[in-house]
Amino acid sequence: MAEGFVSVLKGVRFSYPRTDTAALDGVDLEIRAGEWIALLGPNGSGKSTLAKHLNALLAPTQGVCLVCGRDTRDEKALEAIRRLVAMVFQNPDNQLVAAVVEEDAAFGPENAGLPPEVIRSRVDWALSVCGLSGKERSPVYTLSGGQKQRLAVAGALAMEPPCLVLDEATAMLDPQGRTEIMDVVADLNGRGMTIVQITHRLEEVVSCDRVAVIDGGVLRWQGTPLDLFALGPDLLATWGLETPPFIRLWQELCGAGLLDPAVPPSPKEVLDALCR
Amino acid sequence: MQFMNHMTLGQYVPADSFVHRLDPRCKILATVALLAGVFLVTDLRLFPGWALLLVAVSALAKIPLSMVLRSARPVVFLVLITALIHVFLTKGDPLWRWGIFTITAEGVVMASRMALRLLFLVLFAGLLTLTTSPMELSDGLERLFAPLTPLGFPAHDLAMMMTIALRFIPTLLDETDRIMKAQLARGADLDRGNIVRRLRAFIPVLVPLFVIVFQRADDLATAMEARGYRGGKGRSRLNPLHWRARDGLALASVVALVVAGAAADRWLT
Repeated sequence: MAEGFVSVLKGVRFSYPRTDTAALDGVDLEIRAGEWIALLGPNGSGKSTLAKHLNALLAPTQGVCLVCGRDTRDEKALEAIRRLVAMVFQNPDNQLVAAVVEEDAAFGPENAGLPPEVIRSRVDWALSVCGLSGKERSPVYTLSGGQKQRLAVAGALAMEPPCLVLDEATAMLDPQGRTEIMDVVADLNGRGMTIVQITHRLEEVVSCDRVAVIDGGVLRWQGTPLDLFALGPDLLATWGLETPPFIRLWQELCGAGLLDPAVPPSPKEVLDALCR
Repeated sequence: MQFMNHMTLGQYVPADSFVHRLDPRCKILATVALLAGVFLVTDLRLFPGWALLLVAVSALAKIPLSMVLRSARPVVFLVLITALIHVFLTKGDPLWRWGIFTITAEGVVMASRMALRLLFLVLFAGLLTLTTSPMELSDGLERLFAPLTPLGFPAHDLAMMMTIALRFIPTLLDETDRIMKAQLARGADLDRGNIVRRLRAFIPVLVPLFVIVFQRADDLATAMEARGYRGGKGRSRLNPLHWRARDGLALASVVALVVAGAAADRWLT
């Protein structure tokens, strides 16, 4: 699915019109095929701006952003780039276009001008992956928040992109909705899809392959989630990141020799260690 | 979702009927023909024909007649006013006189004709919206107006606007409900006093609503762009419309009826 997908940002600098400060300041980043990378940073750190560069919704003021070798500043490459990188945004209510579930899932493929039977098979597949089979003809307003966001993911999947960017896609959902989306994302990554997850919640990066920390428009740090947690709460706090109680507990247990710090934290193991 | 409990979107009644299965373009064109027919026919003796047709189509569409008649409820007041104006203001043989008010025979005929025309107009249009979902309607209109696109008529854009409006009506009603509750919680008095006072009390609801609408529009535009939307050019459809033989037959029958009605009208008068 993700064969050969690669996105490269070199010295990307970006300022929004009529502002002096740079939202991104010299970002170098490479996103490789099949990996699950988290862009972590506090509000206003520039992580959403960076995400929008991957889909060519924004083009760098300086530097280059290449998606599979295509420059995002090239107007002619836009269509191809948007088929390679699909995006899911924060508020499900603001990204669903059609009033009926299957019509919304079909919006992307329709834009690509695909034949009806191809659209039909893609929509059926995307809805089944996102657990929405049987709801094809339901009006969108009857769905729950989690279901709406899963529909937004289905709409992105129907484009059959090798890379999916989730721009704080779980931020407005309740815990159950969040779990639903993360399960779908883990499944997709298992099938080989490249996932770029933008978040400010440390507990969401546990399952990622790699974490990139952004603060003030600058890429501060890159590494595995375990290395990130090992940095300690004080350093993370200087980047505006708060270490959640669960991770702190896990660190304490690792420090006491009850858990192996080389194994990613999972609720079950933490609970077992506590019981011991 | 409280608002949604009290209203239905449009007045589409899903059912598995011959009329429901017709291509929306056929239904739109047939309705236009019927509306023209209602205005072409002037002789009152022919109006029972329209009533008969209405009953027949409702039965064919498996929609209770009471439901069809209910679709005319919002215009009853308008129909009455129109009738009254024509009853009192048409000149001719006086039937009855009281002070400055005169009713003439011509006035009664004219009033009945105008009232019935208006009524059938709304009832036939109602049949269209009862049997065609808003999505099908917007699809049908887009395809019907597509030939005008080279002349600069924004057929696709209008249909897309209609689709988005349909999608966002429940969301915005929900939003309005939320803002109203927030204002009520802070002591706003939304439903007391005269009309001016009430309208003024509504301003604090409208202002945040407008801000939210613009924010949503901006977000939606970004999301649509991210999903590869570039306007109507080169777009395909998940459920393309198919014009079948039955559509041609249904439309031809309606047009034939209208022509027959107009001819009979000319012959009678």
